[in-house]
Amino acid sequence: MNTSANQPLDTLDVLVPLAYGPDERSSLRRTLSNALIVTRREVRDSVRDWRIMGPILLLTFLFPFFAQFVAGRFSSYLEGFGAEILGDRTVPFLLMVVGFFPISISLVIALETFVGEKERRSLEPLLSTPLTNTELYIGKTLSAILPPLLASYAGMSVYLLFLMGAETVWKPPALLIVQIFLLTTVQGLVMITGAVVVSSQTTSTRAANLLASFIIIPVTVLIWIESAIMFLAPDAESAGGIGALWALIAGMMIVVLLLLRVGNSTFNREELLGKSLDSINLRAFFRRLWTGVRAVDESGTPARNLLEWYRRSIPLSIRRLGAALPITVAVFLLALIGGFIFGMVGPWQLNLPQGLSLDAAATSIDSYTGILFQGNAIVGIFMQNWRVLSLASALAVFTFGAGALILTPATYLILGFLISQIVLAGYSPAFIVPAVLTHGIIEIPVIVIATAAALKLGAVITRPSGNVTVGGAWSAALTDVVKLWLGVLLPGLLLAAMLEALVTPIVVAAFISA
Amino acid sequence: MIEAVALSKEFDGFLAVDDVNLSIPSGSVMALLGPNGAGKTTTVRMLTSILAPTRGSARVAGYDVVQHPEAVRSSVGVLTEQHGLYERMRAVEYLDFFGQVYHMTAALRRSRALELMERFGLTFALKKQLGDYSKGMKQKLALVRAMLHDPPVLLLDEPTSAMDPQSAKLVRDAIVDLQRDKRTFLITTHNLAEAQQLADTIAIIRHGRIIANDRFENLAQQFVGEPVMELHVRDAVEPLMAEISDLVRVEEQGMHWLRYRVADPDRTNPLVVNRLVAAGAAIISLKPISKTLEEIYLQVMSEDQTEQGGIVEHLR
Repeated sequence: MNTSANQPLDTLDVLVPLAYGPDERSSLRRTLSNALIVTRREVRDSVRDWRIMGPILLLTFLFPFFAQFVAGRFSSYLEGFGAEILGDRTVPFLLMVVGFFPISISLVIALETFVGEKERRSLEPLLSTPLTNTELYIGKTLSAILPPLLASYAGMSVYLLFLMGAETVWKPPALLIVQIFLLTTVQGLVMITGAVVVSSQTTSTRAANLLASFIIIPVTVLIWIESAIMFLAPDAESAGGIGALWALIAGMMIVVLLLLRVGNSTFNREELLGKSLDSINLRAFFRRLWTGVRAVDESGTPARNLLEWYRRSIPLSIRRLGAALPITVAVFLLALIGGFIFGMVGPWQLNLPQGLSLDAAATSIDSYTGILFQGNAIVGIFMQNWRVLSLASALAVFTFGAGALILTPATYLILGFLISQIVLAGYSPAFIVPAVLTHGIIEIPVIVIATAAALKLGAVITRPSGNVTVGGAWSAALTDVVKLWLGVLLPGLLLAAMLEALVTPIVVAAFISA
Repeated sequence: MIEAVALSKEFDGFLAVDDVNLSIPSGSVMALLGPNGAGKTTTVRMLTSILAPTRGSARVAGYDVVQHPEAVRSSVGVLTEQHGLYERMRAVEYLDFFGQVYHMTAALRRSRALELMERFGLTFALKKQLGDYSKGMKQKLALVRAMLHDPPVLLLDEPTSAMDPQSAKLVRDAIVDLQRDKRTFLITTHNLAEAQQLADTIAIIRHGRIIANDRFENLAQQFVGEPVMELHVRDAVEPLMAEISDLVRVEEQGMHWLRYRVADPDRTNPLVVNRLVAAGAAIISLKPISKTLEEIYLQVMSEDQTEQGGIVEHLR
C-alpha cells in the first residue's frame, strides 16, 4: 500500500485493521483462509438445522442397512436361477446409490446458498464486508459441498462395513470401490456447483428449486448410464477398475471445473442485491437484439444501408469472436490430422480395393452429377449443413461451447480418415483437393465462423469480459450469432450448396479425366 | 473522509442516483434524508462498493470505491436497512464471525464485542440465540456489528428504528462519542428530529438528485426564512397590534398570543417589548419558535415538486 491512490485521507487508518490492502488480494492462501471463515459459519449453521440434518442422518445410516438387506435378498433369489452374477453386479450400483442419496437431499443447502440468504435479508451485511467475490463464492460453495459429501462417504463406508460382514454377497474389487467413491464425489460436485450457480442467479428459493430440475435430470440420466456400465462392463472385475468409469470421472471433473469457473465469473454483488424479480420482457429482448444486429460499432450506431452493414457491422462481429476463431481452426486441423493418423492404425483400416480405373470413377461421377442436377440436391446439401451447424450452436449453449467443437470437426475427422484410406490403397489423394476446395472455399470459412460463433456463445458465460454481466455478455454473443447467420452463414451455405451440387462434380470429373 | 463527485447509478434505463456530490469531512455527521425510493440506499451501497457507479466517482476513507472495493469495505461499518442477522447463531458467535472476516485477533474480537455489547446494554444476551432477540435488540446488535472493527467511516441506515426511546438515546450518545473520536457518519433516516440533533450537515435527496445540502442553520435560513417569535400577554392581544405593526410582520395570533417574523431579533425584540410595556401590556413571555428540520424538509420537497412540475409543464 505505497501508492498515493491507496493512502487514506488522514491518519485514522491506524485504527482500522486494514487486512485488505489491494496488494494482498492476490494471495491464494489469504483467499482460502477468508473463504474458510465463511465455510465454517455456514457449516455450523447447517449442522444446527434439524430440517437438513434429520434427512441426511437418516439416509446416511439407515439406507445402507436397507441396501444391504436388498442386495442379500436379491442375491439369494437369483441363486435359485443360477444368475448370481446379476445379484453381484447390483452391489456396486447400490454402493453408488447409498452415496448419492444424501447428496441429492442436500442439494437444498446448495440451492439456497445465496438466494436463501438474500431472502432472509442477511446477505447485504455479508456483502458489505471486505471479503472478495471469489472468497465469498469459494466459502459458500465449500460449505454446500462438505456436509453432503461427508454424509455420502459415511453412508458408503457403513454399507461397505455391512458388505464385509456378509458372507453371501459378492465383494467388489478395491479399485472399483475407489471408482465409485470418486464417481460419487464428482457427481456431488457437479450437482452442488451447478446448484450454487443457480442460487447466485435466481431471485427466489422457489425459482432455484424449479431450476434444480436442470441439474437433477441430467445427473439421473448419468446414473442410469453408470449403472448400465457397471452391469454390462466386461472389465467389471478387473483390478484396474472399469475403463468407461474412469472416462466418466474425468469428463465430470472437467464439468465441475467449468461450473466452478462459471460460478465464480457470474457471482456478482450487484446482481445479487439489485435483482428482485425475474421478469420476462420479450419485446425489450428482441428490440435490443435488433438494435445490436444493426449496429456498426460498440455504441450501437445503426447501419445506414446494407453496404455499410456488410462493410462495418459484420467485420465487427467477426472481430468479437476473438480467440474462438483460432481455436476452431486449430481443432479442425487437429481433427483432420487425427482422422488421418487414426486411419493409418491397423484395426480401423477399410482395405479399399487397389488398382481400379480412374476413368470408371469419372464415369460414375458423371452419373452422380446427373442425379444432382435433378433439382433438390442444392436444398439437400444446404439443409444438411444448416442442420449440423444449428445443432452445434444449440449444443454449445448447454455445454459451455464444447458441443460446437464436437459435432462440426467430425466432418474433418472423417475426411482425414478417408484420405488415409485412399493413400493406403495406393491412389493419389490429389483429387480430394478439387472435390473439397471447389465449394469448400466458401463452405469451410462459413463452417469455421459458425463454429467459432457457437463456441463463443457457449463459452462466454464462463468468462464475461470487463464489467459486463453474464446476461449482457451472452446477449452480445447471441447478437453476433444472429448477425453472422443472417449476413454470412445462410447466404454462404446457400452459395456453397450451389457450388457443391453444380460445379464440384464437373471439376472433379474433369480433374480425374485429365 | 467521504467524497462523491457526480455519482450516478442507472438500473436498466432507470436513473436511481443522478449526479450526486457529497463531501463529508472527518469527524462529521451527515444526515441523508429523502422519501422512500429516493436513492438513499443505492447511494450508500455505492459508497460501500457493493454497487458500481454508472458514472462519477467516490472515495471513502481515501480509497476509490471502484478501484479498491475491499479496502473501502474494510474501512466502513455498515448498518443495513434490514439488520440481517443469522438467527441460529448466538451473539458472541455472530460477532466473532464478523471479527474474523475483518481479521481481528481473537483477543481483540472478544474485548471489542464485550465493550460494545456492554455499551448498548446487551451483555446479558451475549449467549442468547439471535432468533430470540427482540426487534430493538437485533437493531442494536447490527449496530455493534457495524462498529466492531472500529471503522473510521460509518454508514448507518435508520440506526434507531425499532428502538425504544432509551435505546435510541444510547445509540445517539454513541454516535456523538464516536464523532468526537473523529469518526465520520453518513446516516440515512426518516427521523428528522434525530437528524437535526445529530447531523452537522443535512442532504435531501429526491428522485436520485440532491436537492439541498448544507448546514441546518443555512437550510433554515434558505427555505424557512426569518426567525419567528411568539409573544404571550395576560390580556387581549388585539389592541396591541397597532403598536408594533411598523416593527414586525404578525403572522398568526390568538386571544392572548401572537407570532411575528423578524429579520433582526437582537435589535427589534427590545423595541417591541418597550412599545408593548409602554402601551400597558403585561408580557408573560417572548420566545423564538424553533424551526424544525421537518419544516425545512417539507419546504424543500414542496419547492422541488413545484420546480419539477414547472419543468414538466414547460416541456409540454
